[in-house]
Amino acid sequence: MSAADFTALSPVIVIAVAAIAVMMLIAFSRSHILTVLLTVTGLAGSFFSLFPAAGLVPMAVTPLIVIDGYSLFYMGLILMSGFVVTVLSYSYLESREENPEEFYLLLLLAVLGSMVLVSARHFASFFLGLEVLTVSLYALVAYVREAARSNEAGLKYLVLAGVSSAFLLFGMALVYAGLGTMEFGRIAEKVSIAADNTLVISGFALTVVGIGFKLALVPFHMWTPDVYEGAPAPVAAFIATASKGAVFALLLRFLGGADLQAYRPLFLIFSLLSITSMLAGNLLALFQQNVKRILAYSSIAHLGYLVVAFLAEGRLAATAVSYYLAAYFVTMLGAFGVVTLLSGKKDDAESLDDYRGLAVQRPWLAGIFTVMLLSLAGIPLTAGFMGKFYVVAAGANSALWLLVVILAASSAIGLFYYLRIVAVLFMPGAEEKDAHGPISFSGGFMTVCLAAVLFWLGVYPSFLINLIRTAMSAVH
Amino acid sequence: MILLWLIVIPLAGGAIAWYAGRFRTAWPRWISLITMLLMSWVSVNIWILHYASLKEMDLHGPWILEVRLSWIPQLGAGFHLGADGLSLIFVLLTAFLGLAAVASSWTEIRERVGFFYLNLLWILAGIIGVFLAIDLFLFYFFWELMLVPMYFLIALWGHENRRYAAFKFFIFTQAGGLLMLISILGLYFVHGKAAGDYSFDYPVLLGTSMSTGTEFWLMLGFFVAFAVKLPVVPVHNWLPDAHTEAPTAGSVVLAGLLLKTGAYGLIRFVVPLFPRASAEFAPAAMILAVIGIIYGAVTAFGQSDLKRLVAYTSVSHMGFVLLGVFVWSELALQGALMQIVCHGLATGALFIIVGALQERIHTRDMGRMSGLWEAAPRMAAAALFFALASLGLPGLGNFVGEFLVLLGAYKTSVAITVVAAAGIVGATVYSLWIVQRVFHGPNEQKWKIPDFSVREMAIMLAMMLSLIWLGIYPQPVFNTSKLAISNLKMIAAPGATTEDIRPAPETEKRLADKSISKTTPSKNLPSPLAKEGQITFLWQREDRRDFIIAYDLLSKSLGGLR
Repeated sequence: MSAADFTALSPVIVIAVAAIAVMMLIAFSRSHILTVLLTVTGLAGSFFSLFPAAGLVPMAVTPLIVIDGYSLFYMGLILMSGFVVTVLSYSYLESREENPEEFYLLLLLAVLGSMVLVSARHFASFFLGLEVLTVSLYALVAYVREAARSNEAGLKYLVLAGVSSAFLLFGMALVYAGLGTMEFGRIAEKVSIAADNTLVISGFALTVVGIGFKLALVPFHMWTPDVYEGAPAPVAAFIATASKGAVFALLLRFLGGADLQAYRPLFLIFSLLSITSMLAGNLLALFQQNVKRILAYSSIAHLGYLVVAFLAEGRLAATAVSYYLAAYFVTMLGAFGVVTLLSGKKDDAESLDDYRGLAVQRPWLAGIFTVMLLSLAGIPLTAGFMGKFYVVAAGANSALWLLVVILAASSAIGLFYYLRIVAVLFMPGAEEKDAHGPISFSGGFMTVCLAAVLFWLGVYPSFLINLIRTAMSAVH
Repeated sequence: MILLWLIVIPLAGGAIAWYAGRFRTAWPRWISLITMLLMSWVSVNIWILHYASLKEMDLHGPWILEVRLSWIPQLGAGFHLGADGLSLIFVLLTAFLGLAAVASSWTEIRERVGFFYLNLLWILAGIIGVFLAIDLFLFYFFWELMLVPMYFLIALWGHENRRYAAFKFFIFTQAGGLLMLISILGLYFVHGKAAGDYSFDYPVLLGTSMSTGTEFWLMLGFFVAFAVKLPVVPVHNWLPDAHTEAPTAGSVVLAGLLLKTGAYGLIRFVVPLFPRASAEFAPAAMILAVIGIIYGAVTAFGQSDLKRLVAYTSVSHMGFVLLGVFVWSELALQGALMQIVCHGLATGALFIIVGALQERIHTRDMGRMSGLWEAAPRMAAAALFFALASLGLPGLGNFVGEFLVLLGAYKTSVAITVVAAAGIVGATVYSLWIVQRVFHGPNEQKWKIPDFSVREMAIMLAMMLSLIWLGIYPQPVFNTSKLAISNLKMIAAPGATTEDIRPAPETEKRLADKSISKTTPSKNLPSPLAKEGQITFLWQREDRRDFIIAYDLLSKSLGGLR
């Protein structure tokens, strides 16, 4: 490998080094704050090494990894998500777990796995990245050992993710058997020739099952509500954003090159997944009483919207997916951030009753949560509006009218449960001001920043659009 | 840039009012009042300054004022505001009713006053934005933006069933809005693919050529969004709940302004952007309008909740607006516009009266009210006045509006006009019913209530004077909107002349030489929609001498439209 290769790969290398450094630090001294600082330094270092790497793109480092504008953009998103989750976890873990330090080691590994995923261009790196990510998540989900539900969620995630990995591996093997290559680019080229090869079709179907599990598309969504409910709130935020975002970015790279509209079987499969996710996600959320479960179903629906953009063709689709994901990252992190901040020593703030009267007790937090929910609902001034706009635009551009109309209808249904939470926030509630305990400064500051970014992206999206367009020029 | 101020002033005023509310509950009221006075001053100033140029053919394009800032150039969406006579009338109405809304909630709102005025002023900012935006992206942005504060206004300060009403309102309008978004994007791509120029700019998108099917579906997306707001009957049922449960200021803004955004959208966007599809759809829309007129009137009569009754009258009155828009002759459009303004004033005033009544006797149930005239004569007199306005008493503005709409519709279809006119009878029944049930008769419940205060009488008087002014001398409204309307008509029917209102000398000549016969060529056939020959039940017989005389007389008595 040349020096240029190292520079291009430096964001990934820095994270790997940071993970080892955190491990060493824990071996010498158990200090929560030091670990957090080291983690943040690692994330920031990796983030800043994106800029020198950006000068070299696009660049294939080994047959496995490609560093281009696209992967750097998603790495940036994942690193930011990792940063927010780290800050949120600090106050969260400070109050409940006696040994919180290893959490950050696992988190860094999960970030590493996600970063490999977004830069993978080969089945091997795809699978490696996915496993690094998933294995860290098993432990992260079950990290709070005293909580029975956390353990249950971890076990559930372990079993289901294991099964889905098996599906994925088998699918990859079949595709390899049918097409004789594991490189995404060559697969995309060959797939149109081997359009009616049963081996390839079933291989793709199995791969889609595996990916569908990770993205929690209906009908592979069963684990999501339970895991979101049981996992510590910051971990749920990470699963909802970085983990799903990385897999989606991979999906776009994997199949975005193939002309999906021409390859009917896959197109049909994804259309169905999208429709069921949008409808089931929004409809099932209506019946939930638990905020974390509502957010889980909401994220199912949002992934369904994303698939609409994914099915659209051309440059607009990639831009739409990227914008939507960026907006979705900010919004979900903000929403889970508020949940984290409100969580007490024992339990997370998850029942709707915990939020009653928040607008009177903590107007700022209630305001931020309202804004996040409105962004999830896609109301103007927020990033979610621009995201939804982009997705509908991508769908309309490719004349996917059925999908677009279902998107509109289901997001009108979705409004109902977002508004329900908002209504609860503004209900007269418990009188005592300290129902929730003190709010940590770092976490509070983080959610304020996220809200500011949300408005910025919603009102003046030009900056991000330009960034995405520059990044995407490498792909399309 | 003055248009930008119209949006910035209420936004800033709202934020200041909210902040001031943390210190003293009275401050937000005064700050909002000052904000709205400033708004009214600015908008009246614009009107006076440009009044002369509004009447004549102007040389600098359709907009008397324009703001164009770069916003999202990558998407072809700009911050493009523009005002012509049409939007100016809506802006004036917004400023006036905004003032009334602020004043009418002076004593009603006692909790979270700052936040209340923040929401109220931000709704007004959103509404002004809707009336001024001529970039479709920006328009959609404002369209959605005004929903959130309205939701809060209903959900937080409303009456018993407020949460249900707020949900219903939000979901109905949002669903309609999303269909519009799909249509906007459809139009954007159809135009972009044909012209290679991707833009949301309204002037650019006008005259986009597309296949009949595409045009129809895109038109329908817009129509549904506006129909929900207007409301048109099958999608109206958020309205009675929202109007009834909202606090007084909310009801005033809902009835007076929010419904009008739907009407504005129909006039500004649906017909000009999709002229052929609208012509095709016109008969269906007119039938929906008539159904709305009758249904609203009949249902209103069946209500025992006073506020709900007033809410249903809106459904009926807005039917006239829909009818006027889809007849699409200058006469009918002027009538629709007049109806929009006067309905805003009269119904707004009725909501203020009902709100004041509820504040005093804590019920809206008409069964528990009677004989309030002796308890509160000033309030009762005001109610009588606005009830009469609402039923279309000649001399008040609503009469002019309804009459012109019916006159315009008469040229298109007699059947529809006849049925719609029956709605006026219904209006008479329910309006007088309000006065009889609530204010006449013996005061059985022995109500002793304070009469209208000076503040309330001031609001009432201002609205009464405006209605009388519009009823006796509606010419300023016609003058203001005339050019804008003929522009829109020209856009909607390229090639068609704007001479569907005959010049007076010609009429007189034709009447004088008595040459009117069954064979008179239909030179004055009403609308360009009709000229397309797609409305099959057109009334084509021009030989109704008495009609022409009546029309001429009315035109003269109204000061003429020409």
